[in-house]
Amino acid sequence: MSNLNKKTLSHLDWLESEAIHILREVAGQCSNPVLLFSGGKDSLCILRLAEKAFRPGRFPFPLMHIDTGHNYQEVVNFRDQRAAELGERLIVRSVEDSMKRGTVVLKSEDESRNKHQSVTLLEAIEEFGFDCCIGGARRDEEKARAKERIMSFRDEFGQWDPKNQRPELWNLYNARSHKGENIRAFPISNWTEMDVWQYIEREQLQLPSIYFAHQRNVVMRNGSIFPVNVPLTTGEVINQPKAGEEVITMQVRFRTVGDITCTAPVISDADDVSKIVLETATTTITERGATRLDDQTSDASMEQRKKEGYF
Amino acid sequence: MTVDIMTTPQHNDSLLRFMTCGSVDDGKSTLIGRLLFDTKTILADTLTQMEKTSKKRGMGAVDLSLLTDGLQAEREQGITIDVAYRYFSTGTRKYIIADAPGHEQYTRNMVTAASTANLAIILIDARKGVLTQTRRHSYLAHLVGIPHIVVAVNKMDLVDYDQAVFERIRADYLAFAEQIGLQRAGHDITFIPLSALNGDMIVDRGEGLDWYTGPTLIDLLESVPAAHSEQSEDFRFPVQFVCRPHASDDPELHDFRGFMGKVESGEIAVGDAVTALPSGQTSTVKAIQLGVEQLPTAITEQSVTLLLEDEIDISRGDMIVKTGAAPEPVKQIDAFVCWLSETPLSAARTYIIRHTTRESKAKVGEIAYKVDVNTLEELPTQGLAMNDIARISFRLAQPLMVDAYNRNRATGAFIVIDESTNNTVGAGMITG
Repeated sequence: MSNLNKKTLSHLDWLESEAIHILREVAGQCSNPVLLFSGGKDSLCILRLAEKAFRPGRFPFPLMHIDTGHNYQEVVNFRDQRAAELGERLIVRSVEDSMKRGTVVLKSEDESRNKHQSVTLLEAIEEFGFDCCIGGARRDEEKARAKERIMSFRDEFGQWDPKNQRPELWNLYNARSHKGENIRAFPISNWTEMDVWQYIEREQLQLPSIYFAHQRNVVMRNGSIFPVNVPLTTGEVINQPKAGEEVITMQVRFRTVGDITCTAPVISDADDVSKIVLETATTTITERGATRLDDQTSDASMEQRKKEGYF
Repeated sequence: MTVDIMTTPQHNDSLLRFMTCGSVDDGKSTLIGRLLFDTKTILADTLTQMEKTSKKRGMGAVDLSLLTDGLQAEREQGITIDVAYRYFSTGTRKYIIADAPGHEQYTRNMVTAASTANLAIILIDARKGVLTQTRRHSYLAHLVGIPHIVVAVNKMDLVDYDQAVFERIRADYLAFAEQIGLQRAGHDITFIPLSALNGDMIVDRGEGLDWYTGPTLIDLLESVPAAHSEQSEDFRFPVQFVCRPHASDDPELHDFRGFMGKVESGEIAVGDAVTALPSGQTSTVKAIQLGVEQLPTAITEQSVTLLLEDEIDISRGDMIVKTGAAPEPVKQIDAFVCWLSETPLSAARTYIIRHTTRESKAKVGEIAYKVDVNTLEELPTQGLAMNDIARISFRLAQPLMVDAYNRNRATGAFIVIDESTNNTVGAGMITG
């Protein structure tokens, strides 16, 4: 039987189809799932995939953002706008509330709240009784993610045990869990940064403005470009320059968008998606290597955070 | 000769999933590192990190095998415990590599990696030739139905690029391949001499292998048929989710009933006559949708929503097929099963079998024999331990709509779940 002329899907169509299949398996197997949505590019792709998976129906899950309180206002506004356009329910739970409850205690006032998101996430999972959280993590992002399952099992403490994961064969996903346990589902596991940008380009997805080249006040700190004097939605301004640091204005964009205190921009002139696709094809620095100060502390920092319940 | 590869994937390119079988000693990590390096997938900061680690471990040159270095937990124990997935692109294709540890005790990882692969690279050390592990890897790739086998005879630089060595290994391998029936319709074997360390015949042809006129490894990867294109032509559509937006204000949606799923094999077009299983009720396809977009047809591996002309009762776990080409629902299955769990199979227990989107309780009927994956001997056995492969029958509480695995990998496969722990404990391939 010769099938050389048989029609096959393009790589983007294939990835889209796989992700839709995963989202529908979550909907079919889990009783109370939630989609984690930050307003970042990966989660915006997942929203489009969820539209393709479930429209004309409603999403069979709410959206939820774990807000560190240190997010770019452009992203927070975009998050709210997108959820409203889709007419889907958005839950926001904040690390600041966990701090008020005393479940998050910072070592010092300027410690990044990024890793403390795990505590707030676990509290929200318990509050709503979610049995599955859908997230935008990708296997190409980081070593500790290369072996991650599409349906990743977490115990009642939210812990990821790399030695105790379920074998995952064919597309027969096992998202079963007992009460208190939790599945993390990653529909775009097999996407690379390039796939994400090409999908954004093809689907003409809108993104928060800070993904595109813009002028920003920065300092050079430990070899990275560090954004300073960033205003929050509350009116507060964070990331003050330290004594002796020279504030300069640079043309930059963000490759990943996260907590302001640990996400650095890159120098770029790319002010539209097609230019970003080109830049992604020719860059010499990995996505997280350039921009995630939280991953630079050690070779295994992501693995460590994941064991503690991080996404 | 240097071949320049354009690494920006195009919107209309295809995707190929493949696996690599071998041990670190065969140069498997170096081969993967070389593929990523020569396709410019490795970026400067990763390279800097690798240089630092290579130096720290007292090596002169950058060790490409560090790229596939695993988790801290694995490094501490000096072993690889799991399948890792890696990605690279050329101008015409995106690739997903499933990198499985090759040791005997990791049969379950090999089976896991093989389950989604359409091509397997089996590495042979040119100095050692066809070994027991080569036979094991080939048997498993065959069992899991990978249609394209590439036998990569590596370390040719260490045998002075001698053609006679390559030809001898090819002859040995073919003799063995015939014995286990590796070459059957729709399946092929290709041999490539290479040196992963020097980069010969991976992307560039290199200097020492002028006598070899076949494709380089990357040429071959670029030209084999894309993902799962050898599947059966029978239309199989397991229903994942039923969309009934009753609460909608839109009166047009009032009677909307969309059956959501993925075309596992075959094709479907608006107007086709279909049958829902297991009920056997028939209807016609009224519309095919992707989100709110209307499509005239859907092809294999495409996720869509089907709307039918008639109101028939279909729920998750049912299967929509073309009328006249329906599989018979069965309440007993015979299969090759790879046991995945540290807890042995117990014939006294009831398990859950998940097949497509359908689940059934199941009990072990008979264990015919287990296969020694090194000698391929069939041995009598009472039970099954982790990494064992055996031919087993199960009795089912609910009917399943199955095809033989060698005709259809999607509807011939199932997993076994332990209800008490919810763990996936077995992987099955239906015979017949």
